[in-house]
Amino acid sequence: MIEVTNIHKSFGDAHVLKGITTCFDKGKTNLIIGQSGSGKTVFLKCLLGLFTPEQGSICYNGRVYSDLSGDEQRDLRQEMGMVFQGSALFDSMTVEGNVMFPLEMFTHQSKSEMRDRVDFVLKRVNLIDAHHKYPSEISGGMQKRVAIARAIVMNPKYLFCDEPNSGLDPKTAILIDNLIQEITKEYDITTVINSHDMNSVMEIGEKIIFLKDGHKEWEGSNKEIFKTDNEAVTNFVYSSELFKKVRQMYIEERN
Amino acid sequence: MLFLHEEVYFYSMNYIASIGSYFLMLREVLKKPTKWPVMKSLILKEIDELIFNSMGIIIFISFFIGGVVTIQTALNLNSPLIPKSLIGFATRQSVILEFAPTFTSIIMAGKVGSYITSSIGTMRVTEQIDALEVMGVNSLNYLVFPKIIAMLIYPFAIAIAMYTGILGGWIAGVIGGFSSSADFVKGVQLDFIPFHVTYSFIKTIVFAFIIATVPSFHGYYMKGGALEVGKASTTAFVWTSVVIIILNYILTQLLLG
Repeated sequence: MIEVTNIHKSFGDAHVLKGITTCFDKGKTNLIIGQSGSGKTVFLKCLLGLFTPEQGSICYNGRVYSDLSGDEQRDLRQEMGMVFQGSALFDSMTVEGNVMFPLEMFTHQSKSEMRDRVDFVLKRVNLIDAHHKYPSEISGGMQKRVAIARAIVMNPKYLFCDEPNSGLDPKTAILIDNLIQEITKEYDITTVINSHDMNSVMEIGEKIIFLKDGHKEWEGSNKEIFKTDNEAVTNFVYSSELFKKVRQMYIEERN
Repeated sequence: MLFLHEEVYFYSMNYIASIGSYFLMLREVLKKPTKWPVMKSLILKEIDELIFNSMGIIIFISFFIGGVVTIQTALNLNSPLIPKSLIGFATRQSVILEFAPTFTSIIMAGKVGSYITSSIGTMRVTEQIDALEVMGVNSLNYLVFPKIIAMLIYPFAIAIAMYTGILGGWIAGVIGGFSSSADFVKGVQLDFIPFHVTYSFIKTIVFAFIIATVPSFHGYYMKGGALEVGKASTTAFVWTSVVIIILNYILTQLLLG
């Protein structure tokens, strides 16, 4: 579980995060949504420890990040897995090398043990014959799956995903969403996803946080988002005609 | 006038802040070292990329520079009172003291420096450095430390540059008819002071450190996209060259002055 209490973050005169307080539950897919410039990425980078908030605290299972020493912070980061928007795979390494990287850095396993673990996670993300390919030789969807495999290879307690569906076709996007949700349940981890994709919101958003102008405007589940009267949320989520119809159908079904 | 004053102040503060950040980066490079088996393979990879891959250009440049120094010296020694062995002497002194360590280092600032800046800068742009940090890896140690260690081999490359420079001078002198082989070799051996080679290697070690760290600094702290990677490479080359030239002056004054 991650508890966030009243965090503020500024860059020069721009006050990007304005006192966000929330909680990300274990074993659930938690989504952060909001318009571009609402502070989602900054919020996610604060959760990852890449940005330091000026005020407030972020607590990981009882450990307040800002109270930890540099080495303790790095140790905590080893419990985190991250899927970046552009996958952020190491170009100079093969798929196997990318996934094996955290094991080589932080474990004392033998090469064969590492290979077994890599085989297992690559199979888990449905990548079987890509071990010796370089990131530039595989598709965007495959790169995302490699990124997920790399993120889960160390059995993380926290999984963060920054727009995991960006640049993917709808079918692959759904596959990636389902994969993240399955992994979250299977390993009982706290997953936080930064997303623009309304399909993801509807499909896997067990807890959704809507950010607007750097503050938390609304939070709830994908079931509650159909019922909310919050104007900012409805304007954002139901901006397309398709989703307006889906909501209408949902309401009619309920009545 | 006031505007100009503010601009000078702004740029001065910017430079001072950058120098401070550079030294903070060096401190961070030495913190939380990467596991030795991983570091060992990184160092070997960097020796291959930074040193062995540069040997061709180092040998090529030093050979022809040595030749040009010989020809120019010979053409300026018109007096029959000046012995021809002076051509070999001047070539040796120029190559060992200046051309091999400093000129080659400026070339390396362009070749190796821009490679370092663009590779680290691309990793910054594509969030690979963020990925390292999120995993709990000290990205500065992982990326910069192996380059510093690999560049410790650089004096060996400069020793080869000295040899090929003098060899180039000898070939140009003899083939061009500027000096006989015996006169040239006599000049090369004339009044040899071993400390000049030591001085040259001391300079080279300092330049190697600059070539490894200044471009790394520009790549690591760059902001923006692909265009900025190119700009950062150019800036890194300019600043690496400037620092090498200034340190060359200071070290020469300290060691030979």
